[in-house]
Amino acid sequence: MATRKPKKFMQGNEACVEGALYAGCRFYAGYPITPSTEIAEGMSVRLPKVGGKFIQMEDEIASVGAIIGASLAGLKSMTATSGPGFSLKQEGIGYACLAEIPCVVIDVMRGGPSTGYPTGPSQSDIMQARWGTHGDHPAIAVTPAYVQEILNETIRAFNLAEKYRTPVIILYDEIVGHMREPITIPEPGEIPVVDRLKPECKPEDYFPYDDRYEIAPLAAFGEGYRFHVTGLNHRKDGFPTNDSKLINENNLRIMRKVEKNREDIWKNEEIFLDDAEVAVFTIGSTARSARFAVQKAREAGIKAGLLRPLTIWPFPDKAVGELSGRVKAIIVPEMNLGQMALEVERCAAGKCAVEGIYRVDGEPINPQQILDVIKKYK
Amino acid sequence: MSVPAERKPKVSVPFDYNKYLRPNKLPHIWCPGCGHGIVLKALIRAIEKSGLSKDRICMVSGIGCSSRTPGYLDFNTLHTIHGRAFAFATGVKLAKPELKVIVITGDGDALAIGGNHFIHTCRRNIDMTVLVYTNATYGMTGGQFSPTSPIGTTATTSRYGNIEPPFDACEMAKAAGATFVARGTAYHTLELEKTILEAVEHKGTSVVDIIDACPTYYGRMNKFKSAAHMMEVIEKDGTVSVKQVDKLPPEKVQGKLLRGVLHRAERPEYCEQYAALMEKAAGK
Repeated sequence: MATRKPKKFMQGNEACVEGALYAGCRFYAGYPITPSTEIAEGMSVRLPKVGGKFIQMEDEIASVGAIIGASLAGLKSMTATSGPGFSLKQEGIGYACLAEIPCVVIDVMRGGPSTGYPTGPSQSDIMQARWGTHGDHPAIAVTPAYVQEILNETIRAFNLAEKYRTPVIILYDEIVGHMREPITIPEPGEIPVVDRLKPECKPEDYFPYDDRYEIAPLAAFGEGYRFHVTGLNHRKDGFPTNDSKLINENNLRIMRKVEKNREDIWKNEEIFLDDAEVAVFTIGSTARSARFAVQKAREAGIKAGLLRPLTIWPFPDKAVGELSGRVKAIIVPEMNLGQMALEVERCAAGKCAVEGIYRVDGEPINPQQILDVIKKYK
Repeated sequence: MSVPAERKPKVSVPFDYNKYLRPNKLPHIWCPGCGHGIVLKALIRAIEKSGLSKDRICMVSGIGCSSRTPGYLDFNTLHTIHGRAFAFATGVKLAKPELKVIVITGDGDALAIGGNHFIHTCRRNIDMTVLVYTNATYGMTGGQFSPTSPIGTTATTSRYGNIEPPFDACEMAKAAGATFVARGTAYHTLELEKTILEAVEHKGTSVVDIIDACPTYYGRMNKFKSAAHMMEVIEKDGTVSVKQVDKLPPEKVQGKLLRGVLHRAERPEYCEQYAALMEKAAGK
């Protein structure tokens, strides 16, 4: 009976498609952009076979609008893009934050700014994933580093979006997106799939932002609830308000639902951290280089370790804070000019040295670069 | 997921507008003399005649004065971001084709910031009714010129007279592939009600350009005596019905906008095409 499932040799972007379908995604709207296009191509083939809907929209802005509309009509929805497209989607992402519409946005990071280096990798959208849209807003972003992990983290992204009624961003660099690795597709039921809470009350008793719940149930259009959704600051019934007390309460509440549940949203991988004296903190393909560097350091007798966040937003304050109290230094290699390092410095609060390794030439950070810096702290 | 079946009710007099309104959301935000309330009345009466159930209607709007309409109506209502109502509406419709989707938008929302989405909605011929409230003004931001402001008119951003030629929303909708294109005005109320009903009952993208007036900004800045005077000049005397146009001498038609159903075509509807595509994909 227990025959092992055969491995499939798959690209990161293809694994994202598998993960989305497993999570129950039944609506995709997108616009072609390198290096994320394989996700749209995959969804266009697979979705109609399972009764799902795929649409190639006229632009990036329309794509995020369409997935929000589809989510309100009851379908789990996603879009995928890269750098410039991610910039264009930001107003829609803010709308989904305030109106509390679950959806998933994938950003396969390429070199920027502007058109930049479309076929080259980067990790320079980390701050855009946090602060890309205007106003204070909650943010959840996951950062897979392996092809199998893209599949698993896509499922987790949908689960978090549904559970917390908020957009979730999947961030990975072009290297991971286009890398091919053997992976296993999970059996149905093997990985839990979360669906949004639906109302059970009578339509006249329904409030889309019912403050009796931390995360209120969300009805779908056409189910008899006839509610209102707006991007304006609103009351619990969804209608706009100018009442400063209600505006304040609602703005704080949408932040709090992520803030209060950070333990549930955070996810880290730790390698050799127990007795580490020097630690590396990084994500995506850079974490693959870092893993190799840490192993080489250990072979050389240096007590090095790796902290790899799979959730970059909310930032892993607790894990970094604790780590900073017991290592001499945290090294932060990243394919940008220090977006994560600043956050690590904030969490370390002077308890240890923080040293960044930055690269914006479209080339990956290699293990030797990281090993050279590790050696400085032995 | 299922939506209650429809029935065709008899239209009774007096008309019960509260059946479709959210009375506790009134009064509306519109200024005295604004035509949006008249359009709202025509829209409600058209929907009553269509027999569509309130649960089956999803009304989607963008940003601006006209886009506040859905908040007053007891449907599934979605007030989105500037210019993107078409995109949100496309998501709703494709996800749940059994819903009747109605987009409420203004001329700035639909033709300037949302112009790309407007064109591609028409091109897809997705089953959706689009009501463009055309008042040649960005009213909510205080009276700037819009893509339908005539050359020479004054606005807070065209103090020396507008130098940009206006768009004809109907010509654009037709060229982009909409299969029902009409124009009405807030002045010709009964005709507008009939036109909206025809648009709602059409399968495919139906666009109604509704000529409306903003007395607060456009009216004052362009020296109209009153809101009523403005309606007479722009809506009554500034338009001519397609039914009369052939009987009138050319000087009476010159420079006037045509009213009524301007274009009808038969073309496959997007959601039906997608349903066929799903069957094809399932076999492969």
